[in-house]
Amino acid sequence: MTVQEVRLCGLLLQEHFGEVVEKVGTELLRSGALNLRALAHQTGIQLDLVKKSLCVLAQHSMCVFGPGRRGPGGPVEYTVNSERILYMLRYPRYIYTAKSLYGDTGELVIEEILQRGQMTMSSTVKTVADRLTHSMEDGQSMEYSEVIAAFTRLVETHFLQRCPLMDNAGAAGRTSSAVSESPAPAAAPPVQPENFPDCYKIPQIHLTGRGKRRRSSEDGDAEERGTKKAKVDSAAVCGDEGIYWQVNFERFHLHFRHQAIISAVASKLDQTSSEIVRTMLRLSEVTTPANATYTQALSANEIFRALPASYNIGRPILDQYLTLLVDDPMEFVSKTGDSGGGMYVVNLHRALANLARATLESVVQERFGSRSARIFRLLLRKRHLEQKQVEDFAMIPAKEAKDMLYTLLSENLVQLQEIPKTPDYAPSRTFYLYTVNQLPTARLLLQNCYKAVGNLIERRLFETKENKRHLEKSQRIEAILASLQASGADAAQLTEVEEMITPPERQQLEALRHHINKLDSSENQVDETIFLLESYISSTSSSR
Amino acid sequence: MAGRGRGRGRGQLSFCMEAVGIGKGENLPPSTVQPTQLFPPLEHKPVPLQTGEEAEYMLALKQEFRAAMKTLPFYVRPAAPKKDVERYSDKYQNTEPSDNTTEWSPDWRRFPKELRVRVKRPLSEKSTVVPKHSKQPRVDKEEIIRKLETLEKKEEEVSSDEEEGEKKKTEEEEAEGEEEYDEEEFEEETDYIMSYFDNGEDFGADSDDNMDEAIY
Repeated sequence: MTVQEVRLCGLLLQEHFGEVVEKVGTELLRSGALNLRALAHQTGIQLDLVKKSLCVLAQHSMCVFGPGRRGPGGPVEYTVNSERILYMLRYPRYIYTAKSLYGDTGELVIEEILQRGQMTMSSTVKTVADRLTHSMEDGQSMEYSEVIAAFTRLVETHFLQRCPLMDNAGAAGRTSSAVSESPAPAAAPPVQPENFPDCYKIPQIHLTGRGKRRRSSEDGDAEERGTKKAKVDSAAVCGDEGIYWQVNFERFHLHFRHQAIISAVASKLDQTSSEIVRTMLRLSEVTTPANATYTQALSANEIFRALPASYNIGRPILDQYLTLLVDDPMEFVSKTGDSGGGMYVVNLHRALANLARATLESVVQERFGSRSARIFRLLLRKRHLEQKQVEDFAMIPAKEAKDMLYTLLSENLVQLQEIPKTPDYAPSRTFYLYTVNQLPTARLLLQNCYKAVGNLIERRLFETKENKRHLEKSQRIEAILASLQASGADAAQLTEVEEMITPPERQQLEALRHHINKLDSSENQVDETIFLLESYISSTSSSR
Repeated sequence: MAGRGRGRGRGQLSFCMEAVGIGKGENLPPSTVQPTQLFPPLEHKPVPLQTGEEAEYMLALKQEFRAAMKTLPFYVRPAAPKKDVERYSDKYQNTEPSDNTTEWSPDWRRFPKELRVRVKRPLSEKSTVVPKHSKQPRVDKEEIIRKLETLEKKEEEVSSDEEEGEKKKTEEEEAEGEEEYDEEEFEEETDYIMSYFDNGEDFGADSDDNMDEAIY
């Protein structure tokens, strides 16, 4: 729980849930587990507001509650999950992925569930159908069955999962039905949704109908009857009470990792090789566990059969491509056997390590220039080098090489390792070697990324605050314009209202909008780097 | 041996200069004596942002999501600050932020019961009913307290001196009401409370054996 992580979590909570939830969240992040009274006392906020904030956090699965240190008899303790808060940065990417895979319906389903944290299937279907109907042309409306079909597809591919059961008093260990081990009284492990056997089972619901459009009162009787019927429907039990669904972030992350590997192969080799790797990953999706080092072994025959129909390459050409992939120094694919025409696996962890290394190298290149990047790459390959050797291998004059090394050293990207020749570390009799450790450097860069996103958000809030007056004025004028247009005013009045914003103000507003857009898309792009580095770091920790 | 290098000369460094690559008498860049600038000048300009349909769509998604979250009941607004004096215009101004508690309530089977907030009903509906309810329990409580104190007094009168008992009586009775206070006054027919007056009967009753201690 670093300073930068806490700061970023606080800013994200403030943007999405308001200042009260931000104070509560940061207090819990800093103090670990707290019970309700202690939390209210430490934050100095009214008890009611603290309760509301905890409800909001728990609804979005950012806060877990469980029996405290005093055992099941003591007060309930609340802990905040910082990773889950940091996922909020990635919400646009999740929604966009759902759109690209499952169309507009899938996109809206994921968006609704992300906005509300947890939802039942029936309420999701109704809300999404209403939204889609709203955006469609007059006279058309969205069938519930189509939305249900999209929802079912999302669950089948594990993008959505059921929320784990939670006992009321917080003894979460007791109700994990699938876990056979006896839960320890105080240290019950958090119930993993995967342990739940019905995790991906669709409940039987009776829900038929179409999306409702909010119409004006001109439509009269037919609509009234429709709305009455809708009320009866919502009052009636749809058959899935108490079954809440949440987004399965791990599945999305798996998808992003595969996308990163495929695009890396495409840029290093060519499109066909990337298609082969994509096929291999697709075939092994269901059989490979999430944090595996490499996928299940696939035979060349299987790959050949599963290639998409548009790529009709011959069998010997496929073999050549596979050999090319295996021989590549990046080691994306390796051969593990000869049966079935050759057994091949995709090395997931090694691919992630290579991607992280490429990220580090590119960061050094962009910040310090290509010659420093050359030194950095040299040190990554050769591990430990003396000052003289660095100058020789990098083919850079001594003075400049020294300068660059010291700059990298001061930024902590390069470390100095002392190797003594004598037991007393006498300086004249010690080797000083420069070295780069990939994992600690990746962690350092990750913290820099968190700081960068925090700075971007703060700058955006500052810009918005500076120009608040202008923004409010423009919003009011837009509202006036809209009401005038609705009541049918003539063009002269409209232009008169528009002229209330002077041209310099218009320019200022344009510039403000431009800045805010830039800051927002920077956040999105830094998040891509964050994702890559986080995946790399977690892959190293799990393989140990 | 360890002390040899230390006392000699301030210019000694802990590491060997040659090994790290600084030769003798070479021009080193001037050492910095102040913290780095807040916005140091950028030598290498950053790479331009990605543009394209995907980036723009994600940007639009992000901004819409943020705007939508502000309207949902999950956006907890801080309590309105308390005003120093009630103003007449408050009745006509809707300053209280819309309390979103009633718009959303989680499934209480899944959440700890202690997080439940009792929603205050608006005063205008229940203003006539509330005072009656609030008076009655208070009256009940007062009666109970009185009963307890009378019971206490009865116990104390039996166990302790009359003076102490009267003192305690007066203290408790002063808190309660005026009935017993009047009684005591009428007992002696003076304006002074008798228990406060010490008529000196105890003076000198203590033993005078130890004369070294001064008597004040």
